[in-house]
Amino acid sequence: MFITALLAILVTMGLALARALAGPTTYDRIAAVNMFGTKTVLLIAVLAFFTGRSDLLDIALVYALINFIGVVAALKLVTQGNFHCPDCNESEARQGESK
Amino acid sequence: MIDIVIDITLLAFLAITSVAIVRMTNLFAIVMLFGIFSLLSAGLFVVMDAPDVAFTEAAVGAGISTVLMLATLALVKRPQKPYYGEAPQSHRAWLPLIVVAVTGSALVYGTWDIPGFGAPDAPAQSHVARYYIENTMQETGVPNIVTAVLASYRGFDTLGEVTVIFTAAVAVLLLIGGKRSKPAVKTNKKGEQDEA
Repeated sequence: MFITALLAILVTMGLALARALAGPTTYDRIAAVNMFGTKTVLLIAVLAFFTGRSDLLDIALVYALINFIGVVAALKLVTQGNFHCPDCNESEARQGESK
Repeated sequence: MIDIVIDITLLAFLAITSVAIVRMTNLFAIVMLFGIFSLLSAGLFVVMDAPDVAFTEAAVGAGISTVLMLATLALVKRPQKPYYGEAPQSHRAWLPLIVVAVTGSALVYGTWDIPGFGAPDAPAQSHVARYYIENTMQETGVPNIVTAVLASYRGFDTLGEVTVIFTAAVAVLLLIGGKRSKPAVKTNKKGEQDEA
């Protein structure tokens, strides 16, 4: 049963990787990376049960947190255009460059 | 058996991701693929029974460095300028190919002498590891041997490393988070808001 789950997770990782490579829009890629991180968490969790090492579950939890932070940072960059100044977005900066 | 399947699949994903990173020009997509690359290597570390290394790889590689790369990307322009299309071809393409092939075969030749993964007669297992396994608890009182070596036996070395990391963190914070002089691209209204 664990082996089937592992193989299914690996196949899903491949699909997510294909979406990250091909994804035409930015949001496709962000969703693909988020999904890939989730699949890594699941892979580690299943491996923890498969090999009987329950301390790997802590690693899986940390991965979930890191994945969340990374996706929030990526989305913040896409919406704002930068990290340092929430008021000026990218379109205004581009207008300023042309002047 | 299933370990071999997982290893091969993850390594194949690593190779695909690396080739895609090299060939892509969309920098945002490349940063996303960097995140996938480091998640993959962290998964490989977990498969190889090194959860503490995987911990570091996930925190630094997938977490912090992705955010730092995105912050850098926010300060520079989004698309990469096409370089190879414009630059004059000063050398033939087969010369780097030969250099890469020779280096790669030398590295593969070097791996033949490496002892097998987890082999009991490997130098890593037979040299000084036994001393630490037997004496760590009496000498330092730290139950984790890796922690004992890092924080007790090599305490000054770790202090130096932590100093380096602290300096790097201060430098990065000064670069991306400190008070910046206003760039010329802003309109006057925005500039006044920033000064106030």
